[in-house]
Amino acid sequence: MADPVTVKLSSKDFKSDQEVRWCPGCGDYAILAAVQGFMPELGIPRENIVFVSGIGCSSRFPYYMNTYGMHSIHGRAPAIATGLSASRPDLSVWVVTGDGDALSIGGNHLIHALRRNVNLKILLFNNRIYGLTKGQYSPTSELGKITKSTPAGSADSPFNPLSLALGAEASFVARTIDSDRKHLQAVLRAAAAHEGSAFVEIYQNCNIFNDGAFDLVKDPSTRDEHLIRLEQDAPIVFGPDNRYSVVYPEGGFGLQVQEGGTPIVHDATVDDPAYAFALTRLSGSDLGTTPIGVFRSVQRPSYDEIVRKQVLDARAQATGTPGEMFTELLHAGDTWTIL
Amino acid sequence: MAAPSKRVEQLDRVVIRFAGDSGDGMQLTGDRFTSETAQLGNDISTLPNFPAEIRAPAGTLPGVSSFQVHFADYDILTPGDAPNVLVAMNPAALKANLSELPPGADIIVNTDEFTKRNLAKVGYPVSPLEDGSLDEFAVHPVALTSMTVGALADLGVGKKDAERAKNMFALGLLSWMYSRPFESTLRFLERKFVKRPDLVAANKAAFQAGWNYGETTEAFAVRYEVKPAKMPPGTYRNITGNQALSLGLVAAAVRSGLPLFLGAYPITPASDILHELSKHKRFGVTTMQAEDEIAAVGAALGAAYGGALGVTTTSGPGVALKSETISLAIALELPLVIVDVQRAGPSTGMPTKTEQADLNLALFGRHGEAPLAVIAPRSPSDCFHAAIEAARIALTYRTPVILLSDNYVANGSEPWLLPAVDELPDLTVTFAAEPNAPDGRFLPYLRDPETMARPWAVPGTPGLEHRIGGLEKADKTGDISYDPANHEFMVRTRAARIEAIPVPDVDVEDPSEAARVLVLGWGSTYGPIGAACRALRQRGLTIAQAHLRHLAPLPANLGEVLAGYDKVVVPEMNLGQLAAVIRARHLIDVVPFNQVSGLPFTAATLENMLEDVVKNG
Ligand SMILES: Cc1ncc(C[n+]2csc(CCOP(=O)(O)OP(=O)(O)O)c2C)c(N)n1
Ligand code: SF4
Ligand SMILES: [Mg+2]
Repeated sequence: MADPVTVKLSSKDFKSDQEVRWCPGCGDYAILAAVQGFMPELGIPRENIVFVSGIGCSSRFPYYMNTYGMHSIHGRAPAIATGLSASRPDLSVWVVTGDGDALSIGGNHLIHALRRNVNLKILLFNNRIYGLTKGQYSPTSELGKITKSTPAGSADSPFNPLSLALGAEASFVARTIDSDRKHLQAVLRAAAAHEGSAFVEIYQNCNIFNDGAFDLVKDPSTRDEHLIRLEQDAPIVFGPDNRYSVVYPEGGFGLQVQEGGTPIVHDATVDDPAYAFALTRLSGSDLGTTPIGVFRSVQRPSYDEIVRKQVLDARAQATGTPGEMFTELLHAGDTWTIL
Repeated sequence: MAAPSKRVEQLDRVVIRFAGDSGDGMQLTGDRFTSETAQLGNDISTLPNFPAEIRAPAGTLPGVSSFQVHFADYDILTPGDAPNVLVAMNPAALKANLSELPPGADIIVNTDEFTKRNLAKVGYPVSPLEDGSLDEFAVHPVALTSMTVGALADLGVGKKDAERAKNMFALGLLSWMYSRPFESTLRFLERKFVKRPDLVAANKAAFQAGWNYGETTEAFAVRYEVKPAKMPPGTYRNITGNQALSLGLVAAAVRSGLPLFLGAYPITPASDILHELSKHKRFGVTTMQAEDEIAAVGAALGAAYGGALGVTTTSGPGVALKSETISLAIALELPLVIVDVQRAGPSTGMPTKTEQADLNLALFGRHGEAPLAVIAPRSPSDCFHAAIEAARIALTYRTPVILLSDNYVANGSEPWLLPAVDELPDLTVTFAAEPNAPDGRFLPYLRDPETMARPWAVPGTPGLEHRIGGLEKADKTGDISYDPANHEFMVRTRAARIEAIPVPDVDVEDPSEAARVLVLGWGSTYGPIGAACRALRQRGLTIAQAHLRHLAPLPANLGEVLAGYDKVVVPEMNLGQLAAVIRARHLIDVVPFNQVSGLPFTAATLENMLEDVVKNG
C-alpha cells in the first residue's frame, strides 16, 4: 500500500448512490456502516481504494462503497484482486467474500492468496449459510445442519476459517463480530496497517436463513461465558469476574480453558503459527469458547513487494529506451543478414 | 577442418529427420543443424516431435524423440512430408520412423545401439541391418557411439559424458554431408557448457570427429550443397511459434507503453510462453504462475482492470477452466488476451500432438451470449504479428481476444525477417481522466461512438470512482439493471460491437485467376495447404487459396469471395468446425476435409484430395 496521503473524508463520502438491498435486519448492514465509518481513518483518497468481491449477499458490498469496486464471480475475488494488487502497489485493495464464496468454490484462491501474502485485506462475512441461494448449508455450517439441501442434516464437518487460514501460512488472522462496531473497527484498523494478506473473519447474522447463529457470543446473557477478547500483551482471561483463564495444558498440546490458574499473555506476533492455531481451536463448531481479536500478526515480505522488486531490479539493470531494448532482444542469438 | 575433397552434388531441397531416444539430445542436434542452415541462407521449416513422457524407458518406441528440418534454395511452407534422410540413433528410432521414408532415402544408423537387447526391446527378431529388409534404402551404418568414445579417449572425460557427446558426432557428420557452416555451433557449445570446459572440449572434439569421419571414410562418397534461397533482404533469425508469440506480447507492451501482466498455469504446449516472458521483466513484464487456470485468468483480468495489458496463456483444458472469467471480462468490457496453444483433445488427449479442435470452444464455449474476437496465426513467425494484433483488438475495442495457436506452429520454426520496432502498430491507449457526462457524472458504460468501447477508467483516477461487475448493467450508467429492454439492448450491443470490429479483407491467391475451386483454411494449416496448391499449379491445375486469420469477426468480404467459386474446400485438423460456421453463416455447402491424427496435414495428403475435387468436382 502506498503511503497514506492525508485527506479529510467522512463516512458519508464512502456511501455510493446505490440503494442497499440486503434483507432488513441483515448483519451486512452493520458491517457496511462500520467499514464506511472506518474508511476515513485510513487517510487514503477514495480513488486509491478498491473493493473486489465474489458472489453472495455479502459480495454485493462493493456496490455500496463510493470507491472503485468490482463485483466479480463466485469464489474468484482473491485471484482477481491478486492481479490488481500485484500490478498496482499504489492501491489499497480489499476483498469481501462469504463463507461459501471463500471456503467452498474459492477455497483454492483463498489459500494461495494467503500463502503468497498478497497485500489484500480479506473480509470474510461468515453467516454459516448460503444466503443468496436461499439457505443451503455452507462449509462453516455445523455437522448435522438441517437446511433445504440437507433435510436429514449435513454430513460434512465444517472448516474453522481461522485454522484454515493459518494452515495456509496467513501472516495476519483476526475475528470480529458484525454487531460490535468498536471491535470491528479496531480489527479493521489492525488489518489495514498490516503489510501483506490480512484475513478477517466477521461473524455475520443472516436473519433470514440462519438467524441467531452467533447469539451465544452476542447475547448479553450468554456472551460473557463464551466470548474471549484477545488483547495484545494482556492475559487471556474471560467470564464473569474473569473467572476463566486460557492456559497451556499439562502434558498436552495446544491451549485450554480452565477456571483460575495462570493465564497466558497474548502475543499475536509469535512467529510459530502453532500458538495462534491453538487459539483458533478453543472454539469448536458450537462456539463454546470463542476468541475474537487479532490472533496472529507477523511480518514477512508480501508477494507484491517481491514481484515488484524483481521488475524494478530488471529495469534498473537495463539501459536504453524500451524500443531500443526490444530491438536488441529481437536481434539476440543467431541472426543472419541477407543483402 | 579440411577443404572438401569429395564429389559435390547440388540439391534444391532436403528433409532430414534426427531420431533417437529422449535422452539422446535429438532436439538440440536438430536445433543446431537448423541454426547452421539458417546461417547459410536456406529457407527452413522445422518440426519437433517428442513424447509427452519426460523420459520414457530408454530404447523403447514410446521414448523416441525426433526433429525434422526441411531446407531449400527456394521459399518453403512446411517441414516436409517425408524425410530424405533419417538419422536413427537406435533400433527404436529406426522402427518408429521407417514407414514414413520414401524408397531411396538415406538412413544413417548408429550400429553400436543395434544390440540383441535393444533389438528385442522393439520386437526385431533379427537386426534389420542384416536381414535385407532395408534394401530399398541407402543405409549407412556408422559406429557412432564407439567412434565418439574413441575420439575423446585422450580428453579425460568419463565414459558417460563421452557417450553422451555422440549427438555432436552425428551433427558433425551431417554438417559435413550438407556443407553447413559450423562456427555458430562451436560458439554455442562454449556458451552452453561455460562452467564445464571439459565438456566444451569433448563436444567440440566429437563434432570434429564426425565431420572428419565424413571427410575421410569411403562410406560417404558424395557431399551435398543447397544454395541460399532468395529471400527479402534484412536480418533474420530462426524462431519457433511460442518464442514469436512471446516476443509479440512484449512488443505489444512496448508499443502500448503498458505494463504486461501474464497469469499462467503450466500446461503443454503453452508453458514455454510463460518461461520466455518471465525473462523479460525489464520491459515491465510481470509473470505470475497461478494456482490454477481460473486464478491465472482472474489475475490477468484484475491487472487489466488496473490498467495493465492482461494476458493469460494456456491450452484447451485451461481455456475450459477460464470460461467463466472470460465471460466476466466480456461483461466488464475490459481488454484481455487469452492464448490457447491447442493440442489434441478431448481431456488430456495427446498433449504433445497438434489439433485445431478448440475453434468451437473459442467461438462458443461460454455461458450466455458471450461474443469475443478470435484470431489465429498461420506460421511460427506469424505468431509474433498475431499476438500484436490480438493485443491491438483487445486494447482498442476493450474486449477479450482469444488467440488460437497450436502445437504445430508453437513448436515448429522458420526464418523470421526481423521487423523494425517503430514500424510495428502504435498501440497507445488513453485512460479516462475525467467525467464524461454533461452533468459532470462519470458513466462507465458510455461508449466511444467509433470503437463502441467503454472508457477504461483505472483505479487511482480521482472523480471516476465506479463499480462494475458481472450483473447486467444499465446502458451508460453501468448500474445494476434487471430491466428487460435494457438487457435486450445490452446483449445485442455486446454482439454488435464485436461484429463491428474492422478486420482486413481476406485475400485470395489464384495466379490463374480462373480457378473454380477455393480452398479455405485457418491457422496452422496455411503451410501444407499452400504447398499443396503450389504443387497442383505446377502440374497445370488451377486452384485458389484463401486463409483466415480473423475468425471472429470474420472478414466482411468473405461471403462475396466464397460465392465466386463452384466449390469451397475447408481442410481442418478437427471434424469440421470452421466448415460448420461457414455453412451456417453463408449457406454454402462447403466440402470439409478433416484429419484428427494429432499430426499436421502433409502437403501430399492435401494435394491428392484437392486434385480429386478440382478434377471430379
Ligand atoms: C459458478 C457459480 N456457482 C453457483 C453460484 C450460485 N451462488 C451464488 S452465491 C452462492 C453462495 C453464497 O454463499 P456465501 O458465499 O456464504 O455468501 P452469502 O450469500 O451467505 O453472503 C452460490 C452457491 C454462482 N453465482 N456461480
Ligand atoms: S439472505 Fe441473509 S445474508 Fe442475505 S441479505 Fe438476507 S439476511 Fe442478509
Ligand atoms: Mg454465507
